[in-house]
Amino acid sequence: MIHSLFLINSSGDIFLEKHWKSVVSRSVCDYFFEAQERATEAENVPPVIPTPHHYLLSVYRHKIFFVAVIQTEVPPLFVIEFLHRVVDTFQDYFGVCSEPVIKDNVVVVYEVLEEMLDNGFPLATESNILKELIKPPTILRTVVNTITGSTNVGDQLPTGQLSVVPWRRTGVKYTNNEAYFDVVEEIDAIIDKSGSTVTAEIQGVIDACVKLTGMPDLTLSFMNPRLLDDVSFHPCVRFKRWESERILSFIPPDGNFRLLSYHVSAQNLVAIPVYVKHSINFRDSSSLGRFEITVGPKQTMGKTIEGVIVTSQMPKGVLNMSLTPSQGTHTFDPVTKMLSWDVGKINPQKLPSLKGTTSLQAGASKPDENPTINLQFKIQQLAISGLKVNRLDMYGEKYKPFKGIKYMTKAGKFQVRT
Amino acid sequence: MSGAPAYSEDKGGSAGPGEPEYGHDPASGGIFSSDYKRHDDLKEMLDTNKDSLKLEAMKRIVAMIARGKNASDLFPAVVKNVACKNIEVKKLVYVYLVRYAEEQQDLALLSISTFQRGLKDPNQLIRASALRVLSSIRVPIIVPIMMLAIKEAASDMSPYVRKTAAHAIPKLYSLDSDQKDQLIEVIEKLLADKTTLVAGSVVMAFEEVCPERIDLIHKNYRKLCNLLIDVEEWGQVVIISMLTRYARTQFLSPTQNESLLEENPEKAFYGSEEDEAKGPGSEEAAAAALPARKPYVMDPDHRLLLRNTKPLLQSRSAAVVMAVAQLYFHLAPKAEVGVIAKALVRLLRSHSEVQYVVLQNVATMSIKRRGMFEPYLKSFYIRSTDPTQIKILKLEVLTNLANETNIPTVLREFQTYIRSMDKDFVAATIQAIGRCATNIGRVRDTCLNGLVQLLSNRDELVVAESVVVIKKLLQMQPAQHGEIIKHLAKLTDNIQVPMARASILWLIGEYCEHVPKIAPDVLRKMAKSFTAEEDIVKLQVINLAAKLYLTNSKQTKLLTQYVLSLAKYDQNYDIRDRARFTRQLIVPSEQGGALSRHAKKLFLAPKPAPVLESSFKDRDHFQLGSLSHLLNAKATGYQELPDWPEEAPDPSVRNVEVPEWTKCSNREKRKEKEKPFYSDSEGESGPTESADSEPESESESDSKSSSESGSGESSSESDNEDQDEDEEKGGSESEQSEEEGKKKTKKRKKVPEGHREGSSSDEGSDSSSSSSESEMTSESEEEQVEGASWRKKTTQTSSHNLEQIMDFPTSLHVQPVSPPMIMSTSLAADLEGLTLTDSSLVPSLLSPVSSIGRQELLHRVAGEGLAVDYVFSRQPFSGDPHMVSVHIYFSNNSETPIKGLHVGTPKLPAGISIQEFPEIESLAPGESTTAVMGINFCDSTQAANFQLCTQTRQFYVSIQPPVGELMAPVFMSENEFKKEQGKLTGMNEITEKLTLPDTCRNDHVVVQKVTTTANLGRVPCGTSDEYRFAGRTLTSGSLVLLTLDARPAGAAQLTVNSEKMVIGTMLVKDVIQALTQ
Repeated sequence: MIHSLFLINSSGDIFLEKHWKSVVSRSVCDYFFEAQERATEAENVPPVIPTPHHYLLSVYRHKIFFVAVIQTEVPPLFVIEFLHRVVDTFQDYFGVCSEPVIKDNVVVVYEVLEEMLDNGFPLATESNILKELIKPPTILRTVVNTITGSTNVGDQLPTGQLSVVPWRRTGVKYTNNEAYFDVVEEIDAIIDKSGSTVTAEIQGVIDACVKLTGMPDLTLSFMNPRLLDDVSFHPCVRFKRWESERILSFIPPDGNFRLLSYHVSAQNLVAIPVYVKHSINFRDSSSLGRFEITVGPKQTMGKTIEGVIVTSQMPKGVLNMSLTPSQGTHTFDPVTKMLSWDVGKINPQKLPSLKGTTSLQAGASKPDENPTINLQFKIQQLAISGLKVNRLDMYGEKYKPFKGIKYMTKAGKFQVRT
Repeated sequence: MSGAPAYSEDKGGSAGPGEPEYGHDPASGGIFSSDYKRHDDLKEMLDTNKDSLKLEAMKRIVAMIARGKNASDLFPAVVKNVACKNIEVKKLVYVYLVRYAEEQQDLALLSISTFQRGLKDPNQLIRASALRVLSSIRVPIIVPIMMLAIKEAASDMSPYVRKTAAHAIPKLYSLDSDQKDQLIEVIEKLLADKTTLVAGSVVMAFEEVCPERIDLIHKNYRKLCNLLIDVEEWGQVVIISMLTRYARTQFLSPTQNESLLEENPEKAFYGSEEDEAKGPGSEEAAAAALPARKPYVMDPDHRLLLRNTKPLLQSRSAAVVMAVAQLYFHLAPKAEVGVIAKALVRLLRSHSEVQYVVLQNVATMSIKRRGMFEPYLKSFYIRSTDPTQIKILKLEVLTNLANETNIPTVLREFQTYIRSMDKDFVAATIQAIGRCATNIGRVRDTCLNGLVQLLSNRDELVVAESVVVIKKLLQMQPAQHGEIIKHLAKLTDNIQVPMARASILWLIGEYCEHVPKIAPDVLRKMAKSFTAEEDIVKLQVINLAAKLYLTNSKQTKLLTQYVLSLAKYDQNYDIRDRARFTRQLIVPSEQGGALSRHAKKLFLAPKPAPVLESSFKDRDHFQLGSLSHLLNAKATGYQELPDWPEEAPDPSVRNVEVPEWTKCSNREKRKEKEKPFYSDSEGESGPTESADSEPESESESDSKSSSESGSGESSSESDNEDQDEDEEKGGSESEQSEEEGKKKTKKRKKVPEGHREGSSSDEGSDSSSSSSESEMTSESEEEQVEGASWRKKTTQTSSHNLEQIMDFPTSLHVQPVSPPMIMSTSLAADLEGLTLTDSSLVPSLLSPVSSIGRQELLHRVAGEGLAVDYVFSRQPFSGDPHMVSVHIYFSNNSETPIKGLHVGTPKLPAGISIQEFPEIESLAPGESTTAVMGINFCDSTQAANFQLCTQTRQFYVSIQPPVGELMAPVFMSENEFKKEQGKLTGMNEITEKLTLPDTCRNDHVVVQKVTTTANLGRVPCGTSDEYRFAGRTLTSGSLVLLTLDARPAGAAQLTVNSEKMVIGTMLVKDVIQALTQ
């Protein structure tokens, strides 16, 4: 299936290559560079590029292109999904996935890649098992290794691969048994010029951090499971149980994992927690245009809105903007024409606003497009859909775990058209 | 390219496997010398006894390999360490070996014995890893050893080793394809394996080695289906796509009876659902056309596959979801395919690469099965932050999904896209508008107007693209568009984009008869600038000249000759050719050219309009989700998706003898092991013989139990309700007398009666009454409001009272939307029974007031005695303000009571929803009753199709609203009206001229006719011959403003301003019809 993998940085250097079958010369990447040139922007490089003898499938993450070379028909999503899994694994191993980190840990990276695919077919992709096979580097271990000469490779054999719960390693032991669940909801919305909602959806995930001894069997139930319109599960969740009782029953992987992602049905009206008032006028280059944005809370269920960041891509003709924010800081990059305003918290008594003027390049005519405003924000301790976890029970082990649940609402792709 | 030097270096290494390092290209001198030294010390390190040094050396070597540097010269030094005790060194040596063994085959053989020893190790993991490395060394000499090892491993105790064996099969096959037969034997053996660990890998091997050997799957089919849910994600993808192909060869098409409907995908989609319910007999025409086919019954194995893959739509892996989606698309009956839409839409939240692939597939699917994605239209809306390639794909999907109902929304969305900064995307949007306009005739004019406005855009690309699209649109109906062509002609002075210029010239030439004055002038201008034009423009100039010469030779003869002589000396031979050819054709020469007589026919033949099609049309002959589909070209190794067989192959081949299963000790072991975790799925992966009978028996028992419980419940409920009803009547009587007291006029008296059969708050009937009594229009407004409010009050109190009296069953309170409605309707129904002895009185009360009167929903013959009528009551529906309330009149003309009358599962087009009326327990013979239901038509005139179910029968009925019923009146002042009207100009304004007949020239008649046609409120107006009406559409609340400007002698102009262009257009049509009748 997957023949080879090339890692290419943004300046076009191939800094890592791995072959699972016969070696494919790296000159095959020339086709990729060609496509990259044509696309002008990194995100516009087509994910699938046919070449005379191979097909190049790539993903772009953390400013690195992961280019897989394949030779025969294979579902493209299979490869793309795998590449993303590779990136996730790197992130899990090293904390960040960037070119210097990969270069520093090239041996571990190589060993991990070797385990992930056998002859191009995925072998061990669960990070729990991989970590058993190849220990992730930590500062302590690096020190110990250099002194004692011991290695990163696990000395005991990976039994998890053989178990019936392939996502959980065996023999887990903790002194503090804890299970934390974060319910994070993101609002995707498009708000039109007049402030009415064109489309709004809530996408949520439940991320878990489970550190429990032995083989615990957990059940998690919701107060209002009907809210969840469309769900996708970590493979550990028993589907039948969900179908019949709307209860999540699972043996958790060890450590961090995403238990569930869900979508709240569009029929339920989505509460939009913020509003943006804007008046953006451009004038011909002779005079200054007016620019004003005010952000305010709308339906916040009494919670404060934090971490508000407003960004907007200005039209190419904009030369400069002189703005004064009532709070927070703002920047305008005259090269990329990106305006960004870090608002921080919204105080409902004193609404943050950004006012000022815009000047166009000399001779440029008034742009006919209006910029869209992208919004980021966070609301702690609130799941905007109203989803509530009812209880978490543990079976199969005797001790009493510490349990915690946190809610948060964030802006997903939140866009205001002007 | 940075890859180039590395590549040549690589080659240098691989060219001479046995060569020492000084065989390198001397050109890479500097690097070469340092390499030489470093390699030397690496060799030394590898030769020491210290593991830490060896490890250090190996790490450096692996780092070299990773960077693509050649390290092949170290082979002898590395291979010695293959038996090293240190596990990490060993692993790294394996990595090295696998990378370079192919180049250094002889030396690689040295390591083989180590692996052979490993294959006999008691530890399964060591056995597995030995086999893995051994099979990865691509050295042809060891093929027999590999073969032996694979065979042995295939019958290993450990499933993990067997999995590794499965992985080794394709490796060996690619090394030596002569081993195919022996490998197939191993595959056959491993296919029979019952562990989830092996299943995915062996199917993978099957796909690579012998995908044509479908017969190997038969015996394992059911097992694979049952194991599927527990296989790891990657295996699931491979198994699902293999099973898709398998199913295509083994089962009959579930859609064979509908194949005749295929031409109209939408209809077929909905039709199929009914089909299934009614059985294949209902499509008599289709059935008759097909040569006496047996009624289709789905093979239980086919059903098994569909059922077992469905849960996987919930997988976190996009690849699995896509695999299931394509399986459903290719295998499921049309009615069931819909389930995949939601899951696919979910994937759109994922990484942009995933989006890209999914959107490509959605684009293909949405052509065939538009209805499937319609409810998710908004999920395809484009954000300014999307990458361009995603934007364009989303646009494609939006265009495919556009239909008569949602086109206004789609077009409004497109309008915002046109203002985007991304010019490629804007161009694509214009193309999309063009396609919408061709597909949906109703909006063609609107689109055309919009595009013409774009012609004044400042961006030349936008203008050019618009011209090209306008050209295509005009070709469809040129006659009415002289104005636009004139406008375009003016643009020739400014537009520089050659394609656009050429398009304009072609248009003028083609329709020169519509612009007889302008065409010659354009030719004059073009002749002046001829030499400076691009080639395509020049060709069109010649074309234009020729056409003008033929139609208007007096004015253009000289010009044509001038152009032709310019062209004669052009540098481009195409143009010279064309000029020569044209001259011969149009200018009669002395040879009396036989052709020139036909020149007119040649040049001015009517040309068919171009068809604007999706580039995704017909892509579905590739298996969806495949690479070939994505590229729209066959990829190497693509397995064609076979057509359904005409006759089903023998299903018994999939039968497996039972004992074989129970005998297997291995399985028992697995069962024991897995029980605590997979107890739930165990039932499924249990003995296969049950799979045969399972689907039927399950569904049977299901339906039985549900019907039993259903009837049980309903009977007990009806008992309760009987008691309740009595009380209710008592309560309502008192209520009614209260109401009675408040009635003022005789006419007014009737309205509350109407209300009693109706729902709770009913200013709708008021407003309709006002329309019948148009004299009192303006003053009655106040009354209406007043009336409505008191009526609301009374109903509220009434329902409140009732609640106290009746001790409602709690189930009613659970329904959040409708409690007041339910109470009031049941109240209304009972009241009717009390007060109206003659049920035929009901229509006579309402029919004059409502615009369309009673319409038949179900004829009593078709309904077996049950006759159902409906009327749009124009009352706001209490449960949901977006709903149109529909009064439904039931009467039982049969001999027996009709029981349990309710709305059955509605299958509604996108966006449309129904608030059902509460079940009518029983309708005695000869009796009539009414109910109110709310329908949210989503601002479209699409019919709401649903079933009316009685206890014994179901009837398919549909309600189609006239456009005028989709709105509710709004009251505003003249100034407000003018202000709003000012905002809704351009594309949103539709104006039509008409002549009012004599009968229709006084105020009252006009107002009455308009208000009867549309549920609008009159706006007071200063001038006498202007009428203004305002309303809002129910679902979106968009304003609908109607102005009728009557001039003396019957001439009049009707203007409708509305954001909803389609509604506007249709309203204009309806109102004109009403007025001119």
